[in-house]
Amino acid sequence: MRYIDPHIHMVSRTTDDYQRMAQAGCIAVTEPAFWAGFDRSSAQGFFDYYRQLTEYEPKRAAQFGIKHFTWLCINPKEADDPGFAREVIALIPDFLERETVLGIGEIGLNKNTKNELIILEEQIALAEKYNQMVLVHTPHLEDKKKGTRMIMDAISASSIDPGRVLIDHVEEHTVAEVLDRGFWAGMTLYPDTKVTPQRAADIIEMFGTERLWMNSAGDWGCSDPLAVPKARLEMARRGHSAATIDQVTFGNPQKFLGQSANFNIE
Amino acid sequence: MSDSEFTCPQNREEVINTYFMEHRAKLIDVAAYLDRLDRARPVSEEADFRDVAFRNAIAILTDGESQRARRILDLFSDHTTEIPQSAEGMKGALGAPVAATSEGGAV
Repeated sequence: MRYIDPHIHMVSRTTDDYQRMAQAGCIAVTEPAFWAGFDRSSAQGFFDYYRQLTEYEPKRAAQFGIKHFTWLCINPKEADDPGFAREVIALIPDFLERETVLGIGEIGLNKNTKNELIILEEQIALAEKYNQMVLVHTPHLEDKKKGTRMIMDAISASSIDPGRVLIDHVEEHTVAEVLDRGFWAGMTLYPDTKVTPQRAADIIEMFGTERLWMNSAGDWGCSDPLAVPKARLEMARRGHSAATIDQVTFGNPQKFLGQSANFNIE
Repeated sequence: MSDSEFTCPQNREEVINTYFMEHRAKLIDVAAYLDRLDRARPVSEEADFRDVAFRNAIAILTDGESQRARRILDLFSDHTTEIPQSAEGMKGALGAPVAATSEGGAV
């Protein structure tokens, strides 16, 4: 068995997590730039973070036969100060030339503010200008439904093909609209928030397997880097076929990510 | 329901065999949480908006309609249309809209 975890924050994980993921069948991860749990005090902090994502993590993953790819952006939680956010965004184009960068992400909204929306739109424009794919973070809990719609409206106002955009952290109340509008949808497997492996399997049963993937989004909080193989087991326990399980945990991420010439897992 | 609507690979007995014990435990957790609230001294005469939303969500579980997960998530969602300028001073997500009403949702 092999699988891809298409959204995980390995900078927050220990090296033995890579080992355990490899033992469970992980062959590739993609790591979007995100909030580190505290606000960085300068754009230089992001420069160092982008170097970590593009230089250090691919080497650490390679020790266990895992390919590591990344997405770059300023996350919405640190994007409420547009002046600061623009300093960070100015750093990104140079990094887009690096061979493991797949696109812009995870951009989106946090508290659904005008400031966040301005920076989201500027990063959508950056993706347009450099013909990059997009990975989207949708807000947490009560802010998710409103924010998901605002994000999709902003992307729809651009020339970006929704088939090159993954809207992540969908749940039962957002997945239908995401898929109906032509975007890809990601289900994040978290212990308390987002979806459990059981609910991810339910969503697959209700909405099918097209343009849908699942990820652990493992990070510095309560999360599980082995969430994807656990969801595979949950689907198998319920009687889903090996082909269906492989499609949502390997085939679909490979198909979406393969739209980037940099995504090479052979 | 038509056959095409039975999208779970398991039949009903198999679902119960697989999941009953897990969800029995979760249900008792909910009951114990409500009992704990009963035993806790109130700090305000106003009902907490999260507690209001939680009890409205429980009613959805037994209303006989389907799509319970989606409808509970909708109930726990902010349905306002205002867009604040900045997140300055805002708390993180709280799990239910601050203005939750006894009818559910947010005003």
